[in-house]
Amino acid sequence: MKVSYFPGCTLKTHAKDLDTYARKCAEILGITLEEIEEWQCCGGAFTTAKNESATKLSSVRALKAAKDKGQALVTVCSACHNVIKQTNYTMATDAEVRMKVNNYMAPEEPYAGETQVYHYLELIRDVVGFDKVREKVVNPLKGQKIGAYYGCLLLRPNSVMKMDDPENPQIIEDLIRALGATPVVYPYRNECCGGYTVIEDPEFAGRKSKIITESAKGHGVDRLVTACPLCKYNLVKNGSEVPVVYFTELMAEALGVKEMA
Amino acid sequence: MDNKNSNLQAEIVRMSGVNPRKCMRCGKCSATCPAYDEMEYHPHQFVYMVENGELEPLMKSKSIYKCLTCFACVDRCPRGVEPAKLVEAVRLAVIRQQGKNHLKPEDIPPIVDEDLPQQAIVTAFRKYAK
Ligand code: SF4
Ligand code: SF4
Repeated sequence: MKVSYFPGCTLKTHAKDLDTYARKCAEILGITLEEIEEWQCCGGAFTTAKNESATKLSSVRALKAAKDKGQALVTVCSACHNVIKQTNYTMATDAEVRMKVNNYMAPEEPYAGETQVYHYLELIRDVVGFDKVREKVVNPLKGQKIGAYYGCLLLRPNSVMKMDDPENPQIIEDLIRALGATPVVYPYRNECCGGYTVIEDPEFAGRKSKIITESAKGHGVDRLVTACPLCKYNLVKNGSEVPVVYFTELMAEALGVKEMA
Repeated sequence: MDNKNSNLQAEIVRMSGVNPRKCMRCGKCSATCPAYDEMEYHPHQFVYMVENGELEPLMKSKSIYKCLTCFACVDRCPRGVEPAKLVEAVRLAVIRQQGKNHLKPEDIPPIVDEDLPQQAIVTAFRKYAK
């Protein structure tokens, strides 16, 4: 199966592991990620204001490129995913934004949120299936206690993201189990790391991150996994005693493609 | 409320899509807000202050730059008020004005370290500048 893929700016630079392992694991699982041509940065944050349309254009271009190929659109970075999914929802439900964006872009056929958007984790759960992942595991991560760190962007706002129960998510724990490891549920796994405020107020972001990593450590987590480069940065920079890796790296270890990267 | 203020109030309400009157003042949004300690006005206060047209204190407050856009208040409000969208609308009402960018390109080099992901910088610009 072929899907359109939006990597995003950070996966081309600071988060190459998130990207490289995502592609390798997808191949093993029978999915080809076809990178969209000439994609542009999603902007990092979705602007909720109803009279913002320029900030939505780059996401709409990516969504429309996938539609033109008749493919679903897949993202791996939590932030890209959040922005693109919220933009798609707005294009489907907000007539005023839809009109402004289409007036500006002037496509042959107006875009109205038709593209199916998946986070990579959703693609694994809903299209590939965790059973298939289990079959493909060559190095089961036996005995490893892995904590999923969801943060905010994967889960909220739930009315739009619809990925999982935002207060008690399971999707990453199910993946961890399929890879042969043991998921550890700890409080704060769906709380904010401080996000972009690190730019202006690193101490504030530091306090937020510390609560999360100490909670994970207190619950005996060996390693934390995340889908977000900024979460990873904040957790690591603020002295996490628990190593933090991308969930795709964990997959690559179990699926036996890590050393080839 | 004078005319200018009531126009601004209507604009903030319109661009946020929030109906502040749905709020039942339970405070759950503020109780769950991870930026609570950093904020002088908390999410539930944004809701009633916008409703009452008390915009100036909100627009002058650093609270508008502390919201993490984590959407916790959006998901956990029992009345579907979506306070984060009001915080965003008030911030936009400020930074859309000439010369009111909260972050400037020259602020960036001193704070960059080699691990800082691009994502942090682009997001901060989207939140803090027009
Ligand atoms: S949680 Fe909702 S109803 Fe309760 S105070 Fe906040 S906005 Fe109002
Ligand atoms: S979105 Fe902003 S106001 Fe709402 S809970 Fe998160 S930090 Fe607080």
